[in-house]
Amino acid sequence: MARAVASPKSQVPRPSHVASPAPAAKKSTLELDRLIHERLRLGIVSALAVNPRLTFNDLKRLLKTTDGNLSVHARKLEEADYIAVDKSFDGRVPRTEFRLTAAGRKAFEKYLAHMEALIKAVRE
Amino acid sequence: MAEPQPIHEHAIESLRFIRDTMERATAFTAVPGWGGVVMGATALVTAAISGPPDDTLRWVLVWFADAAVAAPIALAAMSIKARRSGAPLSSAAPAYRFALAYVPPLVAGMVLTPVFAMTGLMARLPGCWLLLYGTAVATGGAFSVRVVPIMGLCFMALGVVAFASPAAWGHWFMAAGFGGFHMVFGIIIARRYGG
Repeated sequence: MARAVASPKSQVPRPSHVASPAPAAKKSTLELDRLIHERLRLGIVSALAVNPRLTFNDLKRLLKTTDGNLSVHARKLEEADYIAVDKSFDGRVPRTEFRLTAAGRKAFEKYLAHMEALIKAVRE
Repeated sequence: MAEPQPIHEHAIESLRFIRDTMERATAFTAVPGWGGVVMGATALVTAAISGPPDDTLRWVLVWFADAAVAAPIALAAMSIKARRSGAPLSSAAPAYRFALAYVPPLVAGMVLTPVFAMTGLMARLPGCWLLLYGTAVATGGAFSVRVVPIMGLCFMALGVVAFASPAAWGHWFMAAGFGGFHMVFGIIIARRYGG
């Protein structure tokens, strides 16, 4: 029966049912970008991958999350230079906009490739 | 304790989550800004051609012709915008959700149009169309950026005002709504949400 070692929620669990995991899968697991892997951060990056920019409120509505949660996770992505934050005023109302940086897009594409490699390795 | 998930299943779930988020995000900003501006321009021309509502079939047909031009413009603009974002609109859940919210008020408008015409209320069609189109945009816009449902509410308010105003002003309300609102909100959407 397929079993995997328990791991924190934010991590991809390592399978113990495969005696010798395929090299690609092993490599992918080791190189997995933990920053993007967290669900809300993955949502932020995925949404920005198909939109040139989104406001804080748009992302909040789209990802059905809270102000605090979105702020914390967006800050982590910003610190990693995966997203850029532009602050401005719309009249007197502050407006915060996010966009994906080149580094963020590259990291997202790499993450996608890792996920695909993991699936492919197990199927082969 | 629940058994941990095998790694490949976790990867499949992650990819599914990414796909779903990208589809929802595409649908979220899929309302075409520049398409709205073009639709607004055609409505202004149509209002000039139609003139005030005069209880003739000609007046209704002129606006039907505008609708027949506007629908493909909207579809093409949405498709172009979605393709440019890298995640084409599909027949997936977000598109269905939007259609389910957007289409029923339009169907109601199609049903009410002949009813208004046959009961001598043809000159009141501007109020009916603005109100129901606004309802469609407001309900469909519930899954979109905030400016879209706001546009829908503006259409609805204008429809109410049109009902309360002299019927002869109908074409001005049509021009203000289908022309003006489409152009103003279209520019806002285009500038803020990538076209």
